[in-house]
Amino acid sequence: MRRLVEQFLLPVLTLAAFVLLWQWGARHYPPEQFPAPSDVVKAIKELSDNGVLWTNIGISLARFAAAYLLAVLVAIPLGLFLGRFTRCHRAIDPLIQVLRPISPIAWFPLAVLWFGIGNAPAVFIIFLAAFYPILLTTVSAVRAVPAVYLKVSSNFGAGPAMTFLRVIVPAAFPGIMVGLHIAVGTAWIHLVAGEMLGAQSGLGFMIIDARNFLRTDQIMAGMLLVGLLGLAIYKGMKLLEGVIGRRWGVAG
Amino acid sequence: MSSETTAKIRLREVEKRFVSARGEDQIAVARLDLDIRAGEFVCLVGPSGCGKTTLINLMAGFEKPTTGEVIIDGKVATAPDPDHIMIFQDYGLYPWRTVLGNVLFGLQARKVPAAEAREKALATLELVGLSHAKDKHPHELSGGMKQRVSIARALAVEPSVLFMDEPFAALDAFTRLHLQDELLRIWNEKKPTVVFVTHDLDEAITLGERVVLMAPRPGRIQRILDVKLAHPRERTDHDFAVFRKQLFEEFHLVHRQAAEAAEYAI
Ligand SMILES: Nc1ncnc2c1ncn2[C@@H]1O[C@H](COP(=O)(O)OP(=O)(O)O)[C@@H](O)[C@H]1O
Ligand SMILES: [Mg+2]
Repeated sequence: MRRLVEQFLLPVLTLAAFVLLWQWGARHYPPEQFPAPSDVVKAIKELSDNGVLWTNIGISLARFAAAYLLAVLVAIPLGLFLGRFTRCHRAIDPLIQVLRPISPIAWFPLAVLWFGIGNAPAVFIIFLAAFYPILLTTVSAVRAVPAVYLKVSSNFGAGPAMTFLRVIVPAAFPGIMVGLHIAVGTAWIHLVAGEMLGAQSGLGFMIIDARNFLRTDQIMAGMLLVGLLGLAIYKGMKLLEGVIGRRWGVAG
Repeated sequence: MSSETTAKIRLREVEKRFVSARGEDQIAVARLDLDIRAGEFVCLVGPSGCGKTTLINLMAGFEKPTTGEVIIDGKVATAPDPDHIMIFQDYGLYPWRTVLGNVLFGLQARKVPAAEAREKALATLELVGLSHAKDKHPHELSGGMKQRVSIARALAVEPSVLFMDEPFAALDAFTRLHLQDELLRIWNEKKPTVVFVTHDLDEAITLGERVVLMAPRPGRIQRILDVKLAHPRERTDHDFAVFRKQLFEEFHLVHRQAAEAAEYAI
């Protein structure tokens, strides 16, 4: 009963209070400046009815998936390698430390120069946003593999391939999962930024386009959808983590 | 035959030095000689820091001696060997593998065909009484069960030597006594050579045919005690108490000497 209240009722009440406060606040401003929740819902319906919404969601999700997968495919093998070979890591670490604090957004002018406009710059920015968290967590996950796991492996005479594939990779996996999780968040945040800067489609573009027509209700509709989709992706990731966690024999 | 050829493990003037954090040369094990017979159960005891772990790591090939050599089966041991399996206090089980999967690891490393490996692993789990838990993951097991899995994983590859570094130290007293009896039963059945490190004197007398008492700074052998008691040993027997008293007196001597040495050092 108490759990029900804490986990379900309280969050719903908070949301309801937020919506009510918003509705009440919006009454004091013209809708072009501060639309009410009801206006936003109407805008979502309008965008959905004329199909603009679905096209843009589809494009955004495709860009996100492509960039994220690319980051996974590059960052995990590189991270496994650098985590295993300390010398290489030491050599390359300063470079990573310099490049990493540069916001992916700052790469935008170069990205357009190199890749032109269209999908590529946005994908590149999302890629960068996902790349560093995955790389860094993979490196530290490999380095954090308990020494005793490696001792056992060498004691039983396992060769380098078996030690790598059947000890180091699975031992590092939960740590890598954390990186994948963080990267979903940073990548999604940068998706909108990337699409606002150069793209001619996607949720970010939809928001910018709405601004050009002073459709504040549609701006907020876009923002709300970005939030909701982000939440859905996050929840999906959680679900996947649970399944893998059970498979991996870690409590969960 | 001379003892030269019958010794399973020979330590010849084995010395291990470490450079401490302060940059000082520290002698963890000092020019130590010891012969261990095939099938013998030897316990290494001593206060913490006297070089027990260093010594067993040297024998298992995880460390190389600074000088001297470790000879097993007539060959100089310089690297870990699947014929000499180490059992760790913290088990070293792979959490992503089931109990059966963990026991299979050594067999897979040896490229034993899958069906044969499975049969062997199941038989070994039977031996340690864990058949019922074969599909569980390590996090679902008690400490005692985990250590039994790690023993099964070792036995599955039929090593001729078992190295055990305080394997039961993290377990509660009841589990510890139970596992001591289990280990003796398995040792009697398979007769591997066992080198067993402990800081528990009672455990050493319960298990060891010989008890090697070590002293610290530098790590060395203080005394070797032949425990001439038949297994299974009753911990409440009179003779047990005699050995116990003897070992405790030596142990206190080691402690006193160590304390005095420390005082002089200040
Ligand atoms: N890797 C190492 N580096 C530096 N000193 C070490 C290392 N391993 C052990 N020592 C030192 O060697 C001595 C013996 O340690 P150890 O073999 O772990 O003793 P025990 O297992 O009997 O407690 C200790 O003084 C310890 O600090
Ligand atoms: Mg120790």
